[in-house]
Amino acid sequence: MTPERKVYKRDVIIEVTAKLMSPLILLFGLYVMIGTGGTGGGFQGGTILATGFILYITVFGSEKGREKVPESVNAFFKSFGLFLYNGAGWICILFSLAAAQWLNMPAFWPVTDFVGIAGARSFMVAYMISVGIGLTVMASFVSQYFDLAWKEDDEMEGDEG
Amino acid sequence: MEWLIQHVLEKYNFWVAMLIIIISLTAVIVKENLLKKLIGLSIFQTAMFLWYVSLGDVGRDILTTWGLKTGTPSILWEEAAEKGYIYANPLPNVLMLTGIVVSAATTAVALAIVIRIYQKYGTIEEDEIIEKEMEFEREGGELKNASS
Amino acid sequence: MLLVEHFPVLIVGLAMFCAYTMLLAGYLNRKLPFFISLAMNCVFFIMSLFVLDHVLNVGPIRYWQGGWRPPWGIEYVIDAMNAYLLVIVISIVILGLIYSRGNVKSEIEERKHPTFYTLVQLMAAGLYGITVTGDLFNMFIWLEIASLTAYALIAVAGGRALRPAYNYVIMGSVGAVLYLFGVGWIYSVTGTLNMADMRLLLPLVYDNRAVQMGFAMIVVGVMIKAYIFPLHLWQPDVYTYAPSTISSMMASVHVKVMFYMLMRMFYSVFTLDFIRHYIGLDLLTCWVAAIAILAGSIWAIKQRNLRRMLAYSSVSQMGYILLGVGLSPFSPWGLVGAVAHILNHAIGKGCLFMCAGAIRQQEGLKDIRDFEGIGKKMPYVSAAFTIAALSMIGIPPTAGFASKLFLILASLDAAQYPFVVILLLSGLLNLVYFWRVIDQIYFVRHEGTKNAGEAEGRGKPLPLSMVAPTLILAALCVIVGIIWLTDIPLPLLDRILSDLRMGVTI
Repeated sequence: MTPERKVYKRDVIIEVTAKLMSPLILLFGLYVMIGTGGTGGGFQGGTILATGFILYITVFGSEKGREKVPESVNAFFKSFGLFLYNGAGWICILFSLAAAQWLNMPAFWPVTDFVGIAGARSFMVAYMISVGIGLTVMASFVSQYFDLAWKEDDEMEGDEG
Repeated sequence: MEWLIQHVLEKYNFWVAMLIIIISLTAVIVKENLLKKLIGLSIFQTAMFLWYVSLGDVGRDILTTWGLKTGTPSILWEEAAEKGYIYANPLPNVLMLTGIVVSAATTAVALAIVIRIYQKYGTIEEDEIIEKEMEFEREGGELKNASS
Repeated sequence: MLLVEHFPVLIVGLAMFCAYTMLLAGYLNRKLPFFISLAMNCVFFIMSLFVLDHVLNVGPIRYWQGGWRPPWGIEYVIDAMNAYLLVIVISIVILGLIYSRGNVKSEIEERKHPTFYTLVQLMAAGLYGITVTGDLFNMFIWLEIASLTAYALIAVAGGRALRPAYNYVIMGSVGAVLYLFGVGWIYSVTGTLNMADMRLLLPLVYDNRAVQMGFAMIVVGVMIKAYIFPLHLWQPDVYTYAPSTISSMMASVHVKVMFYMLMRMFYSVFTLDFIRHYIGLDLLTCWVAAIAILAGSIWAIKQRNLRRMLAYSSVSQMGYILLGVGLSPFSPWGLVGAVAHILNHAIGKGCLFMCAGAIRQQEGLKDIRDFEGIGKKMPYVSAAFTIAALSMIGIPPTAGFASKLFLILASLDAAQYPFVVILLLSGLLNLVYFWRVIDQIYFVRHEGTKNAGEAEGRGKPLPLSMVAPTLILAALCVIVGIIWLTDIPLPLLDRILSDLRMGVTI
């Protein structure tokens, strides 16, 4: 059932292309996530960011991929993205608790008072949530890719339930 | 002919979406290969997103009691009644973005389970899996991994 | 605005936050996630008690997310039914977590423990979310969070749990998508997704076929999730092979929250008016429930594996709750019976599944015919099993008797006499299949030669963390049973009936 261990020939063209394209894909993903004036958003940007990593992992193999993205880094980014998302809400709840009002995100966002752009308040909230979603999605997809990849020495315990 | 145009051609989005939903549900029910079921489920979800997004299309004039173009989002209904605005409703699109995320997550979980099933049983045809379970029950032994 | 009005959102938000904190904490120390989870859920339990108190004394909590007024914003509504269910869900999650401390060591490998607890906390967060929300699409999102984590948690057991888990993934996803599709149909007619707003707008369009189609889709979708009779086919295998903690938590709270979704649709979004006059579904619901009760019990009698028997028994108990909901257009006692049975089944079935897991862990026995002599080897667990079984059968001081009593009163009040017969008959059938187990546990002489080799007894005595929740739940079966028969729950029941707009008091 398991495929035999093959020796993979290193192919210069594919490796160089992957090394060149990965950062560009990551940059594009960042643009889709928080770039101006276009469609996009957290989930879409995060998926493209994940694609950048997955290209590297596909070309170079799981072991070298693991050196670049160990599981603890994945877990950190998953949690950090969620903390950003929740954190946007917690700041509003904390401030609105003090002011005894409903949870009202744009009105209670104190940071953006220092930014001189009109209407920056709602953008800040939207960006923070977007970036949070994007990071979580990126880490989740990369982590799933590692888990779904076929490894030859997967051992599982048998349990008859 | 009037009936045909009003009920079919104006709403061809919905007809196509329902057709795809029915075909994909058939795939989920009938096919025995686990991956084909998953593909059917994925197509089912996608066709449903198509149905939803067509609700918010510009100029869609169906199923409403207020006689307005339902593409217009509900916040602007009073204005739109006076001035005849036509917008595409962003709400179904946004809902379906969230739905796509859910669909991706479901596919990921299902694929992970399929891989473990393959490693355990050596097959992903449901009837063969059930046969192997029946054998195990009759013999009463340990269900070994397919690879060991 | 009072602090307590923030509590529902805090419960849900902190639950999600804490889940991901546990994921990180798992890297520091393997044992830390369990304690974080337990501590936070205890905090949530206290918060939910405050919420229940506020709702009963002051009124429903309406919380506008982001300050956006409904119907354009997402609203969280806590009325008496929500608050009651939230307390039940949180308390059973806490007991399930305590039980899992002893249980996961033997069923799940060590390196998966932090992830296991993270997923359990996420499932709990999803269940709390379904309970507190007042927006139709938001409910779909929480539904999917709770369901996806449940799919993964069932498959953690590996082995024979994988094919049922996959089955559940496919059928559960079809159910959730059907629910979303139904919401789309009614959204297309009314333009709103808020439940309270939908309730105001729908009566204008009850005769529109889109609304009826939406109702049908939503009901079918939720029926798949809540394993109501014809659509329960994924459930027995899943409950038989899932890890014991997960079986217990899913049978107690996961399915109740799904059923609560159905109740929200029936009472708060599509009012009973629609169901009685435009669709005529009231008696049909009662008869489907009656068939569920009888079919579940008859299948359960046939089973030899203890957990499979309890799974079919759960199908039958969902029939009781559905019968209560179905009788409620005719008599308010029906809804009282349904609400009571939600609590009674949660504590009873939770206890039974925990006992089944305990027997499997200590003695390694799954088949009922092997249970001889367990009464002496595991006295506390056997006692808890017996009390919970008596509650399921419906013997007087226990909880199950109260809900059966309310359902029989509802049938008499509604002049639907066949259901009285069916309820009594089902009590008898429950007695048959539970008595087999109790008989084997206590009254069959222990031969001493009975396949001691096949029963791969782990042999170690059960840790207290597994025995304590079973005893607590068994004690609750009796205490809650006595409470239902006194006057104490009357304010709560009055509030629930009026909040679900039944309009009559009992």
